Amino acid sequence: MGLLSDPNRRRALITLLTRLNAPICVVCYMAGVAWFMGLAFEPFTLRTYMSENAMGSTMVEERFPAGERALATGREFAAHKRKAGGMPVDWLVKTLQARGLEVFTQRFSRTLPFPDENKERYMVKGTNVYGILRAPRAPRTEALVLSAPCSPGENNNQAVGLLLGLAQYFRNQIYWAKDIIFLVNEHDLIGMQAWLEGYHHTNTTGMDWSPLQGRGGSIQAALSLELSSDVVTSLDLVLEGLNGQLPNLDLANLFYAFCQKIGVLCTIQGKLQRNDWDSVSGYSHAVQTMMLMVMKQASGRPWGDHGLFLRYHIEAASIKGINSFRQYKTDTTTIGRLLEGMYRKLNNLLERLHQSYFFYLMPSLSHFVSIGYYMPAFGLLAAILFMRALDLWVQLTAPPLPPEEGAAHVKQSSPGVLSVLTPLVISHVTGAALYALPIHFQQVAVEHFPVSETEAVVLTAIAVYTAGLALPHNTHRYKTLHGWRVLKLVAVLYLAVLLGCTALINFSLGFILALTLVPIAAFVTPHVPKVLSAFVLVFLSPACTLLFSVFFFQELQEVPVSFQEGWMLFLSVISQGILDHSLYGSLVYPLISLLVYPCWLLFWNILFWN
Amino acid sequence: MAARSYCSPALLVILCSLSLLIVIHAQATTPTPSSPNLSADTKAETPKAAPGTAVEQDKQWEPTDLKETTPEKDAAVPAESAPPPGTTASSTGPHQKEDFQEELVIRPLHSGDIYASFQFRTLWETDFMKGKKVSHYRLFPKSLGQVISKFSVRELHISFTQGYWRTMQWGQPFLPAPPGAELWVWFQDTVTDVDGTWKELTNVLSGIFCASLNFIDSTNTVQPSASFKPLGIGNVTDHRFLRYATLPREIVCTENLTPWKKLLPCGSKAGLAVLMKSEKLFHSSFHSEAVHIRPVCGDPQCKAMSWELRQTLDVVFDLHTSGQGKREWSLFKMFARTLTDACPLASTSKIYVDITDNPEVSTPLLSQAVVLGDRRTFSVYDLTQASTFGTMRTFNLQIKWKRDMLRPLLHAERYVAGYGLQTGEIHTLMYNQHPYRSFPVLLLDSVPWYLRLYVHTLTVTSKSKDNKPSYIHYQPSKDRIRPHLLEMLVQLPPNSVTEVTVQFERALLKWTEYTPDPNHGFYVGSSVVSALVPSIVAMDTNNTQGRPLFSSFFPTKEESSFFIRVYTEPLLVNLPTPDFSMPYNVICLTCTVVAVGYGSLYNLLTRNFQIEEPSPGLAKRIANVIRKMRGVPPL
Repeated sequence: MGLLSDPNRRRALITLLTRLNAPICVVCYMAGVAWFMGLAFEPFTLRTYMSENAMGSTMVEERFPAGERALATGREFAAHKRKAGGMPVDWLVKTLQARGLEVFTQRFSRTLPFPDENKERYMVKGTNVYGILRAPRAPRTEALVLSAPCSPGENNNQAVGLLLGLAQYFRNQIYWAKDIIFLVNEHDLIGMQAWLEGYHHTNTTGMDWSPLQGRGGSIQAALSLELSSDVVTSLDLVLEGLNGQLPNLDLANLFYAFCQKIGVLCTIQGKLQRNDWDSVSGYSHAVQTMMLMVMKQASGRPWGDHGLFLRYHIEAASIKGINSFRQYKTDTTTIGRLLEGMYRKLNNLLERLHQSYFFYLMPSLSHFVSIGYYMPAFGLLAAILFMRALDLWVQLTAPPLPPEEGAAHVKQSSPGVLSVLTPLVISHVTGAALYALPIHFQQVAVEHFPVSETEAVVLTAIAVYTAGLALPHNTHRYKTLHGWRVLKLVAVLYLAVLLGCTALINFSLGFILALTLVPIAAFVTPHVPKVLSAFVLVFLSPACTLLFSVFFFQELQEVPVSFQEGWMLFLSVISQGILDHSLYGSLVYPLISLLVYPCWLLFWNILFWN
Repeated sequence: MAARSYCSPALLVILCSLSLLIVIHAQATTPTPSSPNLSADTKAETPKAAPGTAVEQDKQWEPTDLKETTPEKDAAVPAESAPPPGTTASSTGPHQKEDFQEELVIRPLHSGDIYASFQFRTLWETDFMKGKKVSHYRLFPKSLGQVISKFSVRELHISFTQGYWRTMQWGQPFLPAPPGAELWVWFQDTVTDVDGTWKELTNVLSGIFCASLNFIDSTNTVQPSASFKPLGIGNVTDHRFLRYATLPREIVCTENLTPWKKLLPCGSKAGLAVLMKSEKLFHSSFHSEAVHIRPVCGDPQCKAMSWELRQTLDVVFDLHTSGQGKREWSLFKMFARTLTDACPLASTSKIYVDITDNPEVSTPLLSQAVVLGDRRTFSVYDLTQASTFGTMRTFNLQIKWKRDMLRPLLHAERYVAGYGLQTGEIHTLMYNQHPYRSFPVLLLDSVPWYLRLYVHTLTVTSKSKDNKPSYIHYQPSKDRIRPHLLEMLVQLPPNSVTEVTVQFERALLKWTEYTPDPNHGFYVGSSVVSALVPSIVAMDTNNTQGRPLFSSFFPTKEESSFFIRVYTEPLLVNLPTPDFSMPYNVICLTCTVVAVGYGSLYNLLTRNFQIEEPSPGLAKRIANVIRKMRGVPPL
């Protein structure tokens, strides 16, 4: 600080920073990206380790014997499901009761704001069935949840069968200290949302559900099971939840530890772990795994039924059985033993899972990158914004050499601040329109254009987005020299705060937005070539970022798509985003439309200042 | 051996006849409910002397099928049948009457579980209060007697429970208790410093029962105004002398059972207490042990007062877990022991088995009792009678189990709604499942101070209509001093659910106030719902009659209703918790940031920096002085 309190040296430092501003920014950007790519390099990451004492040192035995019987129950369930044409409520109630559980049902209904074309549903009505295994001599204060969705078609029958098998086996054990809730939810996430809202008696999304009759206290952890084949080659762990929330890393560690112990192949993001980290292909494999996690987290969607638990501070993950063409197969008994082991360890928990990390990225199931390692990557990008802001600030406050110009500047600065207000308001109104119009105007759009409701919503969104570019953002009353600088200073700081907050909550989203928006913020002035810059600006706008992300994601999943398919996917992603917001309270759509897009419009405005 | 066994009956008969004379003298003044099943030979000896009232009472309580025991069996084992009442009577002092009864009720529950409830009652006609020091103890445990006299206790109720009574599956328990430890005490109105006495008492009880009762302090003690009335005789109902506290977190285990068993006159050496093998008692779905001390009437006219010590132990065994699907039980299966004899000090020692649901069982003795608004049939096994044990000298009951559905008239549940660590809402649901009668209930809620209740958000709704409580007693909390106390009288409409909701804010504690496991959460004790529930059958209001112990704890005033108390589940609430994993680092880092960062930033922002002229050299200064003297401007 002595450096700054010496005016001479301060001046020298500031001159240095302003003179070298552009190279420093470029270096920071490169360094940020390089840092991020380095995160996947195995020597730079940490091995996962169990932090929770209660789960680490205690030994449990897995004895679940009844995999075959569970499969038979699954087939029976499938038959009843076919017969009932949906959830076989009565059969499930009877079966769970026969296993000695307290059984309850919950009805729910929800009308979507517009039809969901991916899952073909609009007016959703369903029933959740759950049975509570009461722990002996426990006062109903803590519970664990095991859930399996009742999916349409032939999916997930084995999961329900295994759930019922485990319920029967668990019921006969004496060691439970927490109630265990076995939940079969209909209409996947909607049913889960209804159940969780009913359990916690909140209503954040305006869904209709009947109140729950039985509860087990505060839920400590939950696992969601998806299993569609009798044997699996590997089990995939899904962690990404609503708004990019992740469960405590110890839950992933627990899964990994039991997979190692029992000898089950385990994957994350559907990718097996490789040992050749020092080869190029090994490194790119790790990068792919990590990038998949980043993309999924940035989307803010729940990537499994577990995703909605995280809002209630319940550590949850989904376990998906994958059956590929590999030779090595795992039978249901083994999966049952794995789950039994996990539940016994969770049952041993004295406190909620809190010892390990909540913010992490996983380049493989055995390695993780903690928040302390990945934040510098974002910090380097954010530093660019502060460098630019400092530069602008110096330009605005630098005492101009001729005294009469200085006087003019003092006069100009007050309208300059006011003139910022107009573009700010206009861009935010556009953002609000982008947020509100698509759903409210779908009816009008459907009447006047030959499109379906879903298309109407998506196309309205795109129309509003594009229209925002054409709006006059500036009243141009004060043709000031420094006006755009004030506006840019405000916009840059706004972006810095916005991205900083986003990255704290959802690093992936913040980082991806920073990757595209920071260059814009850095280079845009009214004096750059208009057409080329406008093209670059549109190219790096949030919507285009989303479009590229769709292609990139498909590429990462090794199912590349043509442009036509990609465009259709892009449209459906927009509609899914809006649906996620209204159904589950995902915050990505409002964040983009109400904050990020207006911020981007400010830069668009700066480009066309004159 | 043979010679002794021939010799002892003769001796015992003489002893018996002597001692019975003494008993008759004693009973002439205050007839205690005597053993209804004296063996045949003693009855023959004392047909005129035995008080008539006792016989009548027996008839009232055993109206159906009072089967006479066959004389052949009695003749076969006269030696075993005679001693128990004899020894009891002979050692009873002439001035202070003591009486000990033991009882076990076994009830197959509707969920397929088995409920076993032990009750031990010691009655002692003495007075701890009137200044004179009671120093001679026989059946009554000395440790408790001293507690009563030292702390001027009028009533003391303490329970330790592991597990939650599932009213929906199991119906009503004979004696309800909340999970964890519960203690409520009425002090005599002579006590001046009630809080101080309470503090000492909890510490003493903590030692007696090996429990964490010393954690009871002013932050979890309340004075309910209406929910806990004295159960014994006495007319002081000023709740200044009442203290009530629960410790929902208390874990109950064998270390609490052992001191509890030691209070019994026979310990666990003889009588029903033989069955209490802790390994089995804690291999169950529910375990609750309790001690109740209260003054009761010593005679029907209530002229004399006696102290009653009632020790109860309730266990629910899960037959699903242990039985491998087979629905049958026996004493041996449940307790891994069989009974060999009654406690020699006990005047009665009986086992009641609820056979209302399987009436085809033929048993030696049947009894009907009205329990909790329901007429139940019990088969009675008298352990003081040798015939019960048969020729095997051991006793092992076995009965099959039948299933039907159950609708308890009143039950309650509670949960925390909402998410996040700032606010929340407590929901208490009370179900009245009576088809046509509404009845009032008293709800007692004691909430720790760190949940700051917003009382203006209190709502009571039944059938989606506002249900205004007719009485509300609310005592706001004081941080770190006392908890919230909320009592209200609510009328529950028939066949309805009444929901009481109140919002709260979670306080941020001081960092030393967190428990060692802060992420486990903080407990909020059970709500207590006390109610007079309309009964379908007429309740028996005569308190002094010799009813079975399990049906005679709560005094009933009217015939049309009975008293029950329902406890909700305790709550586990998470409070905002700092990261305790590295407090030292956090403190150091914070201090550094504040000191270095804030200090210098503040310095930079508030001061104006200027370039300072380098100070002139000595020669220059001298030159300037000279120039000043000369009147020339300085260099």
